[in-house]
Amino acid sequence: MTGQAIDSRESLSRLNDAARRLQREVRYMEVCGTHTVNAFRSGLHSLMPPNVTLLSGPGCPVCVTSQGDIDQLIELSLQSGVIMCTYGDMIRVTGQRGSLEEARALGADVRIVYSALDAVRLAAAEPRRQVIFAGVGFETTAPATAVAILEADRLALMNFTVFVSHKLIIPAMQALLKSEVNIDGFVCPGHVSVVIGSDAFRPIVEQYWLSCVITGFEGPQIAAALARLCELTLSGQAALENLYPQAVTSTGNQHAWKLIEQVFTPANVHWRGLSELPGSGLEIRGRYARFNARVRYELAAADNREPPGCRCGEVITGRCTPADCKLFGTVCTPIQPIGPCMVSSEGTCQAWFKYRPRNRAQSPTPIRSAV
Amino acid sequence: MTRQLDFQQTFLRNRRTHISMAHGGGGQLTDDLVQSVFLPRFGNEALNDLLDSAVVPLNGASRMAMTIDGYVVQPLKFPGGDIGRLAVSGTVNDLAVTGARPQAIALGLILAEGLDQDVLEDVMDSIAATTAEAGVQVVTGDTKVVGRNQADGMYITTAGIGTFVRKSRLHPDRIEPGDVIIVNGPIADHGLAVMLAREMPQVKSALRSDVAPLNNMIQRLLAAVPDISFMRDPTRGGIAGLCADLAARTGWHIRLDETRIPIRPETHHAAEMLGLDPLDVANEGKVVIVARASDADNVLNALRNEPLAADAQIIGQVEQPADGLCELVTKMGGRRVIHKPYGEQLPRIC
Repeated sequence: MTGQAIDSRESLSRLNDAARRLQREVRYMEVCGTHTVNAFRSGLHSLMPPNVTLLSGPGCPVCVTSQGDIDQLIELSLQSGVIMCTYGDMIRVTGQRGSLEEARALGADVRIVYSALDAVRLAAAEPRRQVIFAGVGFETTAPATAVAILEADRLALMNFTVFVSHKLIIPAMQALLKSEVNIDGFVCPGHVSVVIGSDAFRPIVEQYWLSCVITGFEGPQIAAALARLCELTLSGQAALENLYPQAVTSTGNQHAWKLIEQVFTPANVHWRGLSELPGSGLEIRGRYARFNARVRYELAAADNREPPGCRCGEVITGRCTPADCKLFGTVCTPIQPIGPCMVSSEGTCQAWFKYRPRNRAQSPTPIRSAV
Repeated sequence: MTRQLDFQQTFLRNRRTHISMAHGGGGQLTDDLVQSVFLPRFGNEALNDLLDSAVVPLNGASRMAMTIDGYVVQPLKFPGGDIGRLAVSGTVNDLAVTGARPQAIALGLILAEGLDQDVLEDVMDSIAATTAEAGVQVVTGDTKVVGRNQADGMYITTAGIGTFVRKSRLHPDRIEPGDVIIVNGPIADHGLAVMLAREMPQVKSALRSDVAPLNNMIQRLLAAVPDISFMRDPTRGGIAGLCADLAARTGWHIRLDETRIPIRPETHHAAEMLGLDPLDVANEGKVVIVARASDADNVLNALRNEPLAADAQIIGQVEQPADGLCELVTKMGGRRVIHKPYGEQLPRIC
């Protein structure tokens, strides 16, 4: 603990020093739900120099899941004989016709699992039921979904399918940059980088001349990344740096990648707030099509209209802050979330709701409007 | 297909008209139920105080403390305790924190058809051992059995009564700026031990629930430091819920210091794994004590001789201004607001 305290003091003083010398406003973006939460939970936002803003990008897997995917999951859960298995945060996300939690209240069998393999075990134990696993998340959870499909294949299960909604982070970052979002660099996620490797961010640095600094999850580590980003901006450089070398290598986890490539192929998928992005998601290879819920249940293309008034799409692309949304804290709260950024414990809106004063007059730091 | 149509039609009606799991979370949604459903119908002097136990006037000047609590924890047995120890400790502690000496417990059982009798006897053994430890007796009870799919193994309700040896002045209204906030040991062990046992039984951890009756410790503390302002046990809603509530109720500002809040490394680790803030997590062997700053050393000295309070710490202070906010000074030296959890979707833990 003392080590951490010294560490964060040093990072914060470097951050403040570089920010002072910058003499202009700079905006950095993190793209990781854990970073979103920990920047608030650690109090980092309250310690930031006034001219440095940390934005939360499309890093929370629940928040970027399209409305259409959520509606289709709900529809599937209501088919008779189906057991819908999902990671916890998904069950409260509202589609156009309610949430999985509400479907459960009406009789759907929706179960929270902590690993994709739990769903496979359930399918093996309940041969007369159809078990569907909602495969959501970035490169961090995709290997586990791949393992589950391979295991179901090994067991020759006929009652297990996966509704894949996995996303890839680099195409999302590139899409953001193409949409002229005004940022000065990325705080890159340690989690995802363990799988994809630090080299995966090199195109961002080289094509967009933006620094990418990979770091761990704790507040002091995020502070260290911000300090480094400020220093790089100050010196006019764009560089790729890895502040989390104990976990992240340049090439990533080859074993995990092989699993992803064995089972999935890149696909154009719809992101909330970013619309359809080429090659930004995963779909199950034809070889494993019998485990593909979209194939098994002949699902048509989804309607991805977003709830009226909800600005989650702008929030996750850094175009507005939660406080700019009329729904935030009024009709959209963690109790009755409208948009996914309020549902997920890693969502930007929920973090704002949870860790900031509710009354805007009590706000300790002025809310700087983004863009 | 009809099911889907039904679903579409009922969805809008459903919002706010059905009880969700979150209503039982002990957070803001539970408060909403209390305020909108219970108080308008039952409101009275003893109930309106919304303390852990009601203080009921008897003949003349004497008063009695009374409380009741239901226990639906899964699994029935978890590292460090079981539903029986929990049912006794929870009720004993709710009496003790109001300054009462627990006297008698009533025990209501709802058993599911098919429950293994050995499980029942193990839980009753645990109740017997915990009541002996606390020095209370089970004086009456009730048993009901429901169909195998109508309950999950076993539910327990315990009601308790307590008497006051000395005139207790413990009340949130006595809290003043300058008062210190003390906790008797490491936080969040119970909630995380249960959640880990329930959600990730394959994970090996040294984590154990802190569930314990605190009445003897609290009585000795009150004998040593009679002028304590207020006490409450941080069960559902955790330290965050309790302190945010106190700030809102008293109208003062409460500042907690993260570096001084005791937490075991294994608990911290489990919270990270499950994505939870330990401040929001339930405790079952902890008490938060609000006392005058001049009494702080006396409270700590009295507590630190106790086996259940060896790691007691001052974790915060009541301050001006009167903004009704609870704030945490983080390990990094930053600040953030602490709100009452709204009733997160957590597994049943008590």
